[in-house]
Amino acid sequence: MSTPVLDVRGLAFAYPDGHQALYGVDLHVHRGERVALLGPNGAGKTTLVLHLNGILTAGVGTVSVSGLPVTKQNIAEVRRRVGVVFQDPDDQLFMGSVHDDVAFGPANLGLRGEALERRVRDALDQVGMADFADRPPHHLSFGQRRRVAVATVLAMEPEILVLDEPSSNLDPASRRELAEILTALDVTVLMVTHDLPYAFELCPRSVVLSDGVIVADGSTYDVLTDDALMAAHRLELPFGFDPRSMRPRAAG
Amino acid sequence: MGAGHGHKLHFHGHSPVHRAPAHLKVLALLGFMLLVVATPGDRLLAFAGYLAVLVAVVAVSRVPPTYLLKRMVVEVPFVVFALLMPFIATGPRVDVLGVAVSQPGLTAAWALLVKGTLGVLASLTLAATTEPRDLLAGLERLRVPNLLVQIMGFMVRYLDVVTDEMRRMRVARESRGFTARDVRHWPVIARSAGALFIRSYERGERVHLAMLSRGYTGTLPRLSATDHADHQERR
Repeated sequence: MSTPVLDVRGLAFAYPDGHQALYGVDLHVHRGERVALLGPNGAGKTTLVLHLNGILTAGVGTVSVSGLPVTKQNIAEVRRRVGVVFQDPDDQLFMGSVHDDVAFGPANLGLRGEALERRVRDALDQVGMADFADRPPHHLSFGQRRRVAVATVLAMEPEILVLDEPSSNLDPASRRELAEILTALDVTVLMVTHDLPYAFELCPRSVVLSDGVIVADGSTYDVLTDDALMAAHRLELPFGFDPRSMRPRAAG
Repeated sequence: MGAGHGHKLHFHGHSPVHRAPAHLKVLALLGFMLLVVATPGDRLLAFAGYLAVLVAVVAVSRVPPTYLLKRMVVEVPFVVFALLMPFIATGPRVDVLGVAVSQPGLTAAWALLVKGTLGVLASLTLAATTEPRDLLAGLERLRVPNLLVQIMGFMVRYLDVVTDEMRRMRVARESRGFTARDVRHWPVIARSAGALFIRSYERGERVHLAMLSRGYTGTLPRLSATDHADHQERR
């Protein structure tokens, strides 16, 4: 198979205060896949995400993005290739207008003028927010801000989109709109979530991280219907949701 | 929430004052203020002239005078201080309405009051006619150090977020039966302020991470100064 977009090998990490969050994580994500990263609170999901674009650097083990190792020298290119959408859009949108926020990433890559404007337009079109370019981010609804946050990362034309809890705090309509946007994107996705129906709907493959190690990796249907695995790692399906009663959306 | 109560000082309009370039308005305000502060307190005619200029600018801007007057409450602490000055200052005494007050204190109070009022009114006029982001772009064009402009930009952006957080904390306090009525309740308010500080600090760290993730290396690209300016001209 081709070089994985994301290749994590034996990644271990302890915070400076001695708390160890990851104990040897192995994870491969290939081009075009949509993978859900599941796990209970405190499993190390966010720590893992921060390793993917070099905010944290591996204690032991390696992370490579399309064959490029995540190191200090490669940091700029790694951050272009890995687009992280953080959980709180207010953390991600810090400029005075939607346009400036979306332009921030590509401008840091050195784009200017018409090339920059085209990136901004394309990214906003992809999330259906082109009409809001001149608005200050804090005047948008939460769902709109989440979509703009996705656009800020898409504008960097990443090879993999990493989403931290994309459905949190969204009302059902915004949740569905975001799902439609994500399925329409032609980009590899790694989605950290507690929202198991969302993972089932969007991601053909799921990986379970628990206590700093990967404990399961398979089709989302198989993971969600493995009752022993689910119970052992504090994963619970919401009331009334039964993957056995429905088939997942066709992959792709 | 969020929407609608953003820039409480800005009054939307299309007057020549609104359209004037932000950096010129900032320079005009600065010049005006230096002039006002440098004028000796006894030149009544000069102050009348300054006021006339301000009133003319406000009239041209078509910002309702009551809109500005209501926002002048920020001056109240200075007014209180100015009113106290004749009583606490030393020096020769004069009788005003049968009360002996300090002559230099009276003069200083007058100067503080008139200069302060002119200053507040002028600043409010700038704020009412200039969008915060245009103001920042103007400062950038005036070669104010990039770091300072960045800090001010973040302040503008996160003011609403933090105020909102503060409001939610107050609602949560009051929902548990707490209302600050007297001095004994201040420790609770102080702890809330501490919690708010920590939260804002942590948010600052998260924002920084988000910036690094998009390739931030220490300078904000000068977007608002260039693209936005010609964006507006195209209209």
